[in-house]
Formats: sequence, structure tokens, C-alpha cells
Amino acid sequence: MNYSYYPGCTLKTKARDLEESALNSAQALGVNLVEQEEWQCCGAVYPLASDEIATKLSSVRSLVAAHEKGEKLVTLCSACHQVIKRVNHDMKTKEDIRDKVNNYLQLKEDYQGESKVIHYLELLRDDIGFEALAKKVKVSLEGRKIAAYYGCLLLRPKEIMEFDDPERPTVLEDFLECLGANVINYPYKTECCGGYLSIDKEKVVQKMVNNIISSALEQGAKEIVTACPLCKYNLENSSLYNKEDISISYFTELLAEALDVDVKED
Amino acid sequence: MSREKITPDITQKETVKISEISEENILDCLQCSKCTAGCPAIHGMDILPHQVIRLLQLGQVDKLLNSETIWSCASCFTCASRCPRDVDISKLMEALRLMVIRVKGSNKLKVEKIPKLLQKNMPQQGIVSGFRKYVK
Repeated sequence: MNYSYYPGCTLKTKARDLEESALNSAQALGVNLVEQEEWQCCGAVYPLASDEIATKLSSVRSLVAAHEKGEKLVTLCSACHQVIKRVNHDMKTKEDIRDKVNNYLQLKEDYQGESKVIHYLELLRDDIGFEALAKKVKVSLEGRKIAAYYGCLLLRPKEIMEFDDPERPTVLEDFLECLGANVINYPYKTECCGGYLSIDKEKVVQKMVNNIISSALEQGAKEIVTACPLCKYNLENSSLYNKEDISISYFTELLAEALDVDVKED
Repeated sequence: MSREKITPDITQKETVKISEISEENILDCLQCSKCTAGCPAIHGMDILPHQVIRLLQLGQVDKLLNSETIWSCASCFTCASRCPRDVDISKLMEALRLMVIRVKGSNKLKVEKIPKLLQKNMPQQGIVSGFRKYVK
């Protein structure tokens, strides 16, 4: 099955592990993720101001390209997913934004939010199915104590993201279970890591990530998985982070491991 | 003991602008403080999230524009997702930040800071977010 794939800036640079493990795993699962031509950076944060149009254009360009090919648009980075999905929602529901964007882009046909944007985890859950995925596992993660970390951007706002229950999500746990892992539950899995605050509010971020890491450690986790490069960076900057006690990886790295798929080492 | 009922005044120029940018109705807030209870960044805030809305209702926008609070909000949307009155404070925080940085010369992130952040291995996503949030 063919999908349009939107990588985003970080997956080509600091988060190559995320992209490589995801693409190689997809191939092993018989899914064809075709990178979009001339994709542009999504901007990493959804423009919350109602009067901002320019910062939404790059997302719309990708949405239109996927629509023209008649393919679902797959994202991997939580931030890209949040931005593109919310912009698509604006195009579907906000007449003033839709009119201004369409006037600017001068497309052959007006775009009205027709594309379907899904995160890689949704592709695994809804299109492949976790039961089918479990059957493809070659190296079980049995006995590994793994905690899922969701962060903010995949879950909230729930009416727009339509991803999972924002307070009690289970998709990552279900995913880990089908790889054979011993899933560790802990209360801080949907708390914010501080995100972009690490630019100039390191102390504020430190307390936020320490809450998350200590909570996972207290419940006996040895590993944490995430879908977001900035979450990974912030968590690894926690003063409580110590590779020997707890490792942090992308969920796709564990997928590749379980499917016994090669991923290039840096 | 005397108690005085203060009627919100939302007709001030700044308040009107914030309502326009955010498209949120500050009068919907009933001060239950659920936003403050759930906010993961209050240790960096001098004014608590529910107080932000109260000050907006009272027209005291200046206090907010000069606060640490608006720069400690990580836009994690926890407040908005738990609000029983569907007020999205993250959009009000954004409008307040924009009231500051849309004024020429008031950008919050200086470009000179970027090489140091890259040295620390910060992902591009973080730096791009910073530019979008702190520079106009």
C-alpha cells in the first residue's frame, strides 16, 4: 500500500534514527512510504494565533500534494503531526483561513481539508493492525521493562488530533505489548517535557523532565520510548538521566529491533 | 466585612486585541483553577494560569505582558484539554506573547544564541520552534 510520507526537518538531521528505523520497518511490513517531493518545514509549532496565515502554508502544500495523489499523509515526528493535522482541521472548518490560503496558493482546485493525516503509530494500529504486527515479530522484547512516553503533541487537543484518550492513552502500550515487552505504567506519561522552553528556560524544563524520569524509574522502567525528537532531547538532559539506569529511544527503533530489521548505526 | 463584586471590563483596546488574536472568550472562565492544578510549568510562573484569565477580565494586561508566566508556558495544551468551560488558555498565552514580540525590536530569541544551542545537540525542531514562538 502506498502512502505519502512527510519527514520534517529533524528526521533528516538529528533524528535520523527515527526515520531510518521507521522506513526500514515499514518496508519489512510491506508498506510503501514515499517521501513527498519538495516538502517544506512545518514550522514545528502550530500557529495558535487566529490571524496567522503564512506559517500555515507549508503544511497546506504537503496536504494538497497528498490529496492530488489520493494518498494518506503519514508523519513520524509528533510536532509535524500536530502542525499538519491542525492546519488541515483549519482548512476544513475555518472559512476565513481557507479562503485566504486558497487565494494565496492559486491551486487548480481549492483545497478544503480533504486529505487524511495519520501518524506512523496510527498506520500500525489502524491500517496494519497490532494483531497482524504481533505475528511479524521475529525477536520478542520479552522481559524488557519499557515505559511509553506520549508527551503533548500527539494527544492534545483531542477533538482535533483524534489520536487516543488524552488522559489515559493506550496506543503506545498496546504497540509495546504486541512486540512482547513488559509494559510499565506510570503517572507522568502524558506530562509535558518542556518542549521549546529548553531554549532559554533550562531550570523550568529540568523540573519537568525530572518528574517524568523519576516517575518512570519508581515504577521500575528500564527504557522509555517516545515519538518526538525534542522530548528525547529534553528527557536525556534530565539530571536524573543515566544510560545505565534507563535508556530513551524512539518507538520505531524497538519496532525495527523486534522485526529484526537492520538500521545503520551513526 | 465588606465584599465588592467586580464586573469584568473587556472593552479595552488590548483586551479586544487579545480576544481577536486568540478567538477565546475570557468571560467563559469561572475561575475553577483546574488549569493551574494541571499545569506542569507553574514553578516558572509568577502569575498562575487561572490568575492570567482573571487579570484579563479585570483589564490588567500590563501585568501579564511583563510577567515570566507567558514565557514559561510550553504550549502543552493540558490546561485547554481539562477546562470545563472550553477556554483554551494556550491561545490566550500565545496572544499575550504576540502582543510583546509583534512590536519592532522586541524579539525574545536572539540569533546569536543559536550556535550554542546547536553545540548542545538540540534538535532542529527545538530551534525552529523557538524562532516561531519568540521571533516575529
